[in-house]
Amino acid sequence: MTGIIIVGAIGLFCAILLVVASRFLSVPTDTRVEDIRGFLPGANCGACGYAGCDDYAKAVANGSAKPNLCIPGGASVSAQISEYLGVAAENTEPVKATVRCSGTCQKCGEAEDYHGPATCAACAALHRGKKACGYGCLGYGDCVKVCKFGALSIVDGVAHVDESLCTGCGACAKACPHLLIGMVPVKNHVTVRCSSHDKGAVVRKVCSAGCIGCMMCTKVCPTGAITVTDFLASIDPEKCTNCGACAEKCPVKVITLE
Amino acid sequence: MKEMIVILLSAILTQNFVLSKTLGICPFLGVSKKLDSAVGMSVAVTFVMVLATAATWPIQTYLLDKYELGYMQTIVFILVIAALVQLVEMALKKFLPPLYEALGIYLPLITTNCAVLGVAVLNIDEKYNFGQSMVNALGAGLGFLLAMVLFAGVRGRMENMDIPESFQGLPITLIAASIVSMSFMGFSGVVDGLLK
Repeated sequence: MTGIIIVGAIGLFCAILLVVASRFLSVPTDTRVEDIRGFLPGANCGACGYAGCDDYAKAVANGSAKPNLCIPGGASVSAQISEYLGVAAENTEPVKATVRCSGTCQKCGEAEDYHGPATCAACAALHRGKKACGYGCLGYGDCVKVCKFGALSIVDGVAHVDESLCTGCGACAKACPHLLIGMVPVKNHVTVRCSSHDKGAVVRKVCSAGCIGCMMCTKVCPTGAITVTDFLASIDPEKCTNCGACAEKCPVKVITLE
Repeated sequence: MKEMIVILLSAILTQNFVLSKTLGICPFLGVSKKLDSAVGMSVAVTFVMVLATAATWPIQTYLLDKYELGYMQTIVFILVIAALVQLVEMALKKFLPPLYEALGIYLPLITTNCAVLGVAVLNIDEKYNFGQSMVNALGAGLGFLLAMVLFAGVRGRMENMDIPESFQGLPITLIAASIVSMSFMGFSGVVDGLLK
């Protein structure tokens, strides 16, 4: 009984002390920070380059950051903050994550029997991973773990992005040890689903869905948006018109139109 | 006086909180990357350790021991230290904004630091009186500072080393920490020898 009373009394004393202290020791803070924080989505994804939404709100309030850096919030948040601060809104192009690998369990085999920690980073540290292809998705889901929006999943051994959930924060792109995830504008629908810089013959041997660098897509593209460097096709999102001619022509079907 | 020096030196060297008692490993590994943040954290820890001892020792002696509530020690100490850190944070914000900015995030982090709770509990276990407890807390804080500064130096060297890929980051840091810890074993007996 005395125990309850004494510990309770200590707790109550501490509480009263803190309440009194917060009353008398309070420092006027910039109310704009909290208001701006209210506009932000609160995902703390770090895509703006600051350590969370609070930090970013502080930077916007004291003028050291632009109001359009919140990627999950997009144009609407940018507009709200700009209006609140009374500055002109600058629009941002919305982006989404795309996985540049299609080497599923059936299409790309495994070269080694890996029993280490079940993370992509650990697996990739040993001879570029367990897969026959040294560039492919390892499927342990490091990207799935960092995604705060549940947009990623591992389907058939390869990461898959649910575009309706993706906010384009880019956390997954940073987590992937093989740098397979790229951030592209939402308006683009054509993707090269391979990241292998190996020669065509080597790619053929290890994966039935890899880019062999045959240059067919570069010839068929009407706007010249595709270039092949180091045996890998890449699409310039600025020039691409989503016509899909390359996807049709690609002999290994590694270019997709969705 | 001699006893105080023995307590101070043994808290810094032979009984170093981080390297021989393995307390406060989280900030030791987390904040030792850069020298200035390591020093900032250590100063904050030292500050809070001394304050926490000044608050917990009287509570233990005049409340818990008197009413035979020794078993509530951990809970009461956590409560008191957490409230104290909050209070100190508010006071610093109001009266010493430069120090508040300098300590930054480290001050609230210390609320749940086991080294701070450790020094409060160990002072009671060792049956130190109030003066000895304060000296021990100061020594523990300075020992923490020493360990952090030394280890920041070690990590600075490692920055430029060609570390095997699978050892990069935390693994090599833990190995380095264990080697520094082993080297501190060389101090055992030094304090008694010095003051013989």
